[in-house]
Amino acid sequence: MTYDHPESFVCPGGPLLLRGDHAVEDPDGVPHGTTRPVSAVCRCLKSGSLPWCDGTHKVLPREQRPS
Amino acid sequence: MDLPTPRGPLTETLFRALRSGDDFFSVLTTLSDARADDAALALWTLHQLHYRDFTAVPDDLEWDPQLLRARAVLELDLEQRLRSRFTPTPGLSFGADFFDWIAEHDGASIAAHVHRDATREQVLELTRIRSIYHLMETDPTAWVVPRLGVRAKAGLVELLYDEYGSGDPNRLHHHLWARGMEASGLDASYGAYVDEVPLEVLEQNNAQTLFGLHRRLRGAALGHLAAFEATSSLPSSRMVHGLERLGFPQELVDYYAEHVEADAVHEQLAVHVICGGLLAEEPRLEGDLWFGAFTALDLEDRVARSVLARWQDEEAA
Repeated sequence: MTYDHPESFVCPGGPLLLRGDHAVEDPDGVPHGTTRPVSAVCRCLKSGSLPWCDGTHKVLPREQRPS
Repeated sequence: MDLPTPRGPLTETLFRALRSGDDFFSVLTTLSDARADDAALALWTLHQLHYRDFTAVPDDLEWDPQLLRARAVLELDLEQRLRSRFTPTPGLSFGADFFDWIAEHDGASIAAHVHRDATREQVLELTRIRSIYHLMETDPTAWVVPRLGVRAKAGLVELLYDEYGSGDPNRLHHHLWARGMEASGLDASYGAYVDEVPLEVLEQNNAQTLFGLHRRLRGAALGHLAAFEATSSLPSSRMVHGLERLGFPQELVDYYAEHVEADAVHEQLAVHVICGGLLAEEPRLEGDLWFGAFTALDLEDRVARSVLARWQDEEAA
């Protein structure tokens, strides 16, 4: 039996999870390399540590959270 | 580490027996009348036998049948009290509803106090009493790995690998904490401050080891993990601001800064990959996931209320 094990997947209302080494651009186009086995990329664009998720989406009004 | 200072007849009897290596029957006979903090310290000490050495206590007592019996009596009492505080959540889906449920059950926050109002002495005290967990961060959850099916096991190890520094000892989370303590002028040897740890923090630690050590409670252990991770990023961010406000060393700031980003990953992995994997393999454990998650929030709320109330009293005095 083979299990689904995607390199990236979207968390509903939250970040994009990325497995492995990647370069992710912040809103200014500056690339940031991943530093951990799995990284959470901000999708609400309100994070204090862009391009990475810092949990801020959880305190946004529901309509401002990413789908 | 040295045995703590006893908190009553049970720990006096237990520590005497641990040092002498015998007379465990008297421990069993003092169990039923023990006060709450005496019982909690006894269970914490018996759990520690599974993690590390105590000075002048023989190693083989970890598996002494009479001490295991005493541990079981104390654990049963703790589990019954934890379950009595929990109301099941029928109709909720762990995968879909978890984060909303967390937001609705947000309790008292020490991090909010540290962010804006805490004194340097209060943060040092907090660092000392938190140290009995943070110096062994994640270790209780590591017991769970061999008890899981393929999906949950792979997911948990993916998270633990990050907790344990991805192979780099300098990134290992409980070592980051030790460096933060040392830079703040505190003793980072395990258990150095257990004598000032309040009952609620002992119970918080005892619950985690209880869930970790018992295969039967693997669902509660993973639910606890999910709730713990899901209530970490934002409070860790507030801790960063509070520690910077008070001029704490960068090493302690770095510990919390690491948890802002790491736990934004871990909360998603815990819910969607680890607990999702567990439910795909063992759907009957969903009730225990919720029990473990509730217990994590409930215990932290009790810790926060106790600590904040005492600080408020001290400030008023």
